[in-house]
Amino acid sequence: MHVPDGFINAPVSAVAGVAAAGAVAVSLRGARRELDERTAPLAGLVAAFIFAVQMLNFPVAAGTSGHLLGGALAAILVGPFTGVLCVAVVLLMQGLLFADGGLTALGVNISVMAVVTTVVAYAIFRGLARLLPRGRRSLTVAAFTAALVSVPAAAAAFTLIYAVGGTTDVPLGKVATAMIGVHVLIGIGEAAITALTVGAVIAVRPDLVHGARGLTAPLRLRVGGELIDAPGTTPAPAAAAARSHRKLWAVGLAASVVLAGFVSFYASTNPDGLEKVAHDKGFDKGEKEHAAADSPLADYGIKDISDARLSGGLAGVIGVGATVVAGSAVFWAVRRRRAAGTGPASTASATEPAETGPAPTTSTPSTTEPTATASATEPAENA
Amino acid sequence: MDPVVTAAVPASLEVAGLAYAYPDGHQALFGVDLSIERGERVALLGPNGAGKTTLVLHLNGILTAGAGTVTVAGLPVGKRHLAEIRRKVGIVFQDPDDQLFMPTVREDVAFGPAAAGMRGPDLEARVLKALGQVGMAEYVDRPPHHLSFGQRRRVAVATVLAMEPEILVLDEPSSNLDPASRRELADILRSLDVTVLMVTHDLPYALELCPRALILSEGVIAADGPTGELLADADLMSGHRLELPFGFDPKTVRAHG
Amino acid sequence: MGAGHAHRLYRHGHSPVHALPPHTKLTAVFCFVVVVVSTPREAMWAFAAYALLLASVAYAARVPLLFWLKRLLIEIPFVAFALLLPFVAQGERTEVLGMSLSVHGLWGAWNVLAKGTLGVAASVLLAATTELRELLLGLQRLKLPPLLVQIASFMIRYGDVIADEMRRMRIARESRGFEARGVRHWGVLAKSAGALFIRSYERGERVHLAMVSRGYAGSMPVIDEATATRAQWTYALTLPLTALAVCLLGWTLS
Repeated sequence: MHVPDGFINAPVSAVAGVAAAGAVAVSLRGARRELDERTAPLAGLVAAFIFAVQMLNFPVAAGTSGHLLGGALAAILVGPFTGVLCVAVVLLMQGLLFADGGLTALGVNISVMAVVTTVVAYAIFRGLARLLPRGRRSLTVAAFTAALVSVPAAAAAFTLIYAVGGTTDVPLGKVATAMIGVHVLIGIGEAAITALTVGAVIAVRPDLVHGARGLTAPLRLRVGGELIDAPGTTPAPAAAAARSHRKLWAVGLAASVVLAGFVSFYASTNPDGLEKVAHDKGFDKGEKEHAAADSPLADYGIKDISDARLSGGLAGVIGVGATVVAGSAVFWAVRRRRAAGTGPASTASATEPAETGPAPTTSTPSTTEPTATASATEPAENA
Repeated sequence: MDPVVTAAVPASLEVAGLAYAYPDGHQALFGVDLSIERGERVALLGPNGAGKTTLVLHLNGILTAGAGTVTVAGLPVGKRHLAEIRRKVGIVFQDPDDQLFMPTVREDVAFGPAAAGMRGPDLEARVLKALGQVGMAEYVDRPPHHLSFGQRRRVAVATVLAMEPEILVLDEPSSNLDPASRRELADILRSLDVTVLMVTHDLPYALELCPRALILSEGVIAADGPTGELLADADLMSGHRLELPFGFDPKTVRAHG
Repeated sequence: MGAGHAHRLYRHGHSPVHALPPHTKLTAVFCFVVVVVSTPREAMWAFAAYALLLASVAYAARVPLLFWLKRLLIEIPFVAFALLLPFVAQGERTEVLGMSLSVHGLWGAWNVLAKGTLGVAASVLLAATTELRELLLGLQRLKLPPLLVQIASFMIRYGDVIADEMRRMRIARESRGFEARGVRHWGVLAKSAGALFIRSYERGERVHLAMVSRGYAGSMPVIDEATATRAQWTYALTLPLTALAVCLLGWTLS
């Protein structure tokens, strides 16, 4: 389930809408740069795929089952820009066609589920894929970790939004354990499915895994369906340049993963350090209901909602914020250097998530007028 | 629709010395030469992997020739005339779901002419005419995925006819059709006053519709002649991995035709 | 989600609401929801007024009440959450039926339930009276970036095709005696998902070829234009404007 109307107050929804619009605008440009005129059909088909795959049930145990959220998968398979677009379009259509997710909460939903998930997952995947030794196993590990972290990261982002603009005062301290705990569980399921799916694609069409471009050497383009491979889509060999920056990558990534993962986990597993009232009865009850009502893989929207408020959330948010900032800084640094050095277009596009990273945080001007979100994505055209 | 050709009319399609290798180095075409006069209906036969689809993608400039030339109605295929070429060469792809990408039949048929700048009542008339040619006018406002497979294939033909092409190129037009749809499509294709190049494995269909056939094998044109004669040449056929369906004898069919 | 997405909400009809141009409806619903969300929760009567407004729209659109209410079920998971709020929220507490509930939490639950339900109800009405195609045209008219509209359009067009492929893959699995029963079987399912991605992506490439073959050069030709007269705008905007009046009253009275 997605965030409904009335959950986040109007000003914060508006700000989230502007942020989402900014991120979508950046993604539109990025995707166009990568796919040029093929953007519409390819992103449309991938969006349809995400939409369909969310209906694929993965049985867990005892009759319960879960399904993919798909943000991390989209990011790894088609890259951050197209990934953000696909998930955002899926959310938009779900809101309009199925009344799933409030229209005023569209900005929140896109910011959390499309932008944060996708960008975090891509940054981690890309970084790990470079650090680890080459090979399919490494890519699988990277995909697993990326999806694993992306889900709690989205939860933490939601917590931040809720902390600022939530319409109900849910106590701060009770949050952390369940919030992160539940989302790590969901994340594990998401991670397993994502890693297996990415592995399955790499086995057949490694060239289609965007996140693995330039990594699965030597990259071959299969001419399977015969109707493919317009010249020019072949990724430029970025390997040489990549190697020289491995150290930088190593440091930056280790830092961001540690921050994103461990800081929030630390906060969650040691709630006493932040708040003494961890085991309140009402709260325990709430947690149990989740365990019973939903499989660990079920939609996470409702859990986002139920557990939210500052303490644990803040820690997680700091972690994720740091991840995004650190990751972006690394990407940016690498890109700058590479642009100065070799600078082929495709290497630049492969390392460009730096632009999406800061987008949601920097493009939040003080537009608090509710109608500013008249169409959450409207300003994108002028941006 | 026999080729009533006068010297003044340029051939609908002229391919000379066409060679092409994919970016990965795999070479698919090794010097293709062929010429199709205006109004002809020609079958392009060949085993899987012979390069048929690769050849088709050269005809409207999606792939660019590594060597050799393609000329459509006197116009060389190249960056300069790309829009004009794509209007003149109408390709009907194998899977109608790939071809019908718009939300309704009408918009799909209108896509080509509208991309060429047509608007308003002209566009509407063009759409209805093209749909009428394939007998699908009453489905104009339906979404494509609500149609049967045979209907979708006919609409796919209409999307291309709406562009009033010089030459209609069909990739496996009879695949996945039930016998009735297959016959309906044959009737439609026969009724059209347009040059047709039909890429197919369906040898009886080729014989039924196309007086002339080309065999593409290992990236070159291996044979060019009247369809009945080619199909009747057992050595030629087996040499290029082409097999007639069980019990089908091209000679007896010709006698009927 | 899940099964909820298998069917669409559109309900064919010829009411004045159906006939409104899509962008006016989109605007009206959006403004309405914004107004609802901005209403102070203490003004309970205002929410009743909103519900009445929506009911009159539903009546004008000839959407049967039962149909409408059934479609509201999509918000059930979040109703469950709202009911939890009084137990977990902070602040002064009150006794209801022997349970200690947070006053603040009660207000919160009311707030979320009322606004969320009205939001879903309005969206359902929109979806029930507007065809898919129309929605896309409306978004286009509202100056959503054209590329985004195109992506949405392709997603709609191929959503069924891909869901159908997925269904066929499931049937193929089951025909060979495979039934996913637990985590052990995820590998097989993920392989299907991977194959589905490859098929989708390759189809995207083929669709692109088909588009290019018909003269596509990066932007969709304009075929349909949704236009609205002043009268239609006025008619459509009656809903949010009335709601706005209610909202303002709510602010001044509370």
